[in-house]
Amino acid sequence: MRTNLEYRTEFLNPDMPDIPYSTLNLGPTHPATHGIFQNVLKMDGERIVSGEQTVGYIHRAFEKIAERRPFYQITPLTDRLNYCSAPINNTGWFLTVEKLLGIEIPKRVDYMRVMVMELARVADHLICNSILGVDTGALTGFTYVYQYREKIYEIYEEICGARLTTNMGRIGGFERNFSPKVFELTKKFLYEFPKIWREFENLLTRNRIFMDRTIGTGPISIERALNYGFTGPNLRATGIDYDIRAHANYCSYNEFKFDIPVGTTGDTYDRYVVRNEEIWQSLSLIEQAMQKIEKCDPGVFHADEEKYYLPPKQEVYNNMEALIYHFKIIMGEIEAPVGEVYHAVEGANGELGYYLISDGGRTPYRLHFRRPCFIYYQAFPEMVQGQLLSDAIVVMSSLNVIAGELDA
Amino acid sequence: MEDKHQEFIKFIQTNWNDSIHFEVDQHRILNSELQVNQVYSLINFLYKDLQFKVNNLIDLCGIHFPDQKGKELGVIYHLQSLRIPIICRLKVFVPVEKPEVPSITGIYASANWMERETYDFYGIQFLGHPNLRRILNMDEMIDFPLRKEFPLEDPFRADKEDFHFGR
Repeated sequence: MRTNLEYRTEFLNPDMPDIPYSTLNLGPTHPATHGIFQNVLKMDGERIVSGEQTVGYIHRAFEKIAERRPFYQITPLTDRLNYCSAPINNTGWFLTVEKLLGIEIPKRVDYMRVMVMELARVADHLICNSILGVDTGALTGFTYVYQYREKIYEIYEEICGARLTTNMGRIGGFERNFSPKVFELTKKFLYEFPKIWREFENLLTRNRIFMDRTIGTGPISIERALNYGFTGPNLRATGIDYDIRAHANYCSYNEFKFDIPVGTTGDTYDRYVVRNEEIWQSLSLIEQAMQKIEKCDPGVFHADEEKYYLPPKQEVYNNMEALIYHFKIIMGEIEAPVGEVYHAVEGANGELGYYLISDGGRTPYRLHFRRPCFIYYQAFPEMVQGQLLSDAIVVMSSLNVIAGELDA
Repeated sequence: MEDKHQEFIKFIQTNWNDSIHFEVDQHRILNSELQVNQVYSLINFLYKDLQFKVNNLIDLCGIHFPDQKGKELGVIYHLQSLRIPIICRLKVFVPVEKPEVPSITGIYASANWMERETYDFYGIQFLGHPNLRRILNMDEMIDFPLRKEFPLEDPFRADKEDFHFGR
């Protein structure tokens, strides 16, 4: 049997006789692509000679829509970027706006945000890793751990009422305080989930079939990964400890203790192991955040910014000023200061950046989403060249490409 | 950190004979506006420089200012260093009649799709790009939809008349 490297060198040899290649359309709608995007692969038997991606099937012009909306109406758009971890997108957007407006955020709000963002990260990595199991043929693990994503969604539901596209929080904090049930459910989750996840790891991490399928599949070197703009777990799997939570320190992440796991070869197995370890780190972060929240004043859940934060309903009905602010905020008549802000958060699959230009009006003059998927998905043909078709599916799954984020 | 910023500004000034000036804004980002012929050489210079290692392209996007005569369209680059907390924001503006900017795909492979996206939405021609086609919009489209004159909704749609709300 030839190794991948031998195959590649042989393919590059110009003296090689002509081989009739066949073309295979993987997607746009295919169970293995996990979303609507197409890969046109040139195949030699079962080997991939080259590939090209077609994206844009669910492009919804969010950047154009955002130019006509007041800031708080843009939050539902960010939900639909990476819909597996919507609270991270929401919080990233609020942090961007707060940076523009110059709002001081109370510590308790920071910890509450860390708590929901890490829950979202657990949910996202859980989906990615268990679906990777499905793509290698292990459906059991997926069905077993998937109920715990449901438990996370129940916590979201208790916080904001929504499950998938959460629209969680407001500019300056949260729309309402966390109820005691939120902490109760989170504690229950933290108690039950590690056992389940350990069982899942036992099933896959040292599994002979899984290791054979994933080790050496779709590797990428540090240099190529950086050149392709990789961020998040995919970059860390190659061996670079770049994490925006530690690098840029937003949301008081410097007060937390966590490790940044890194891989060595950047192949599918490393990406899987890095994500697994990040789940453990996130669980520890959630626990730390809950301890920190307990020490804070339990009544604080938003910044006192009456110009940007909606007043409570009782006051709107009984108080003139509150009514005026309520009206102005709802009608989007609050004008933002002139400015230019770039803010990035560590999304579940990389650096999710918001570049906001405000010309002093009620809406952004320009809003650009830096979507990690869109940037690192370019490397896909290079990663699967010379590999088998079934490997391509595993690589795509482990890259965690989310169609909503890809197309914006 | 402030020292690093000042050091970086001085470093660029000495190496570029005062032709490029960086300014630190209130969010600690180094801003600079470039001429079209400086874009490729400066980004290449920063990429190869080993002292500050500003060799990571975070973001590339376009912008449209219809009122700036002769500088209507712009491209904005965000570059950062993974070692030192330095983020550079480079801007280059071109006239709408001749929107041509050199491509940096030779330096950053990640710029490929970002430049295609910018072309798709703003019609900026990236000279030297290997494959400058539309990426998110359909190929038959003739407009560049993120330009300010492009309407968000088609004002002549007959199936969406809503008299009650005065649209």
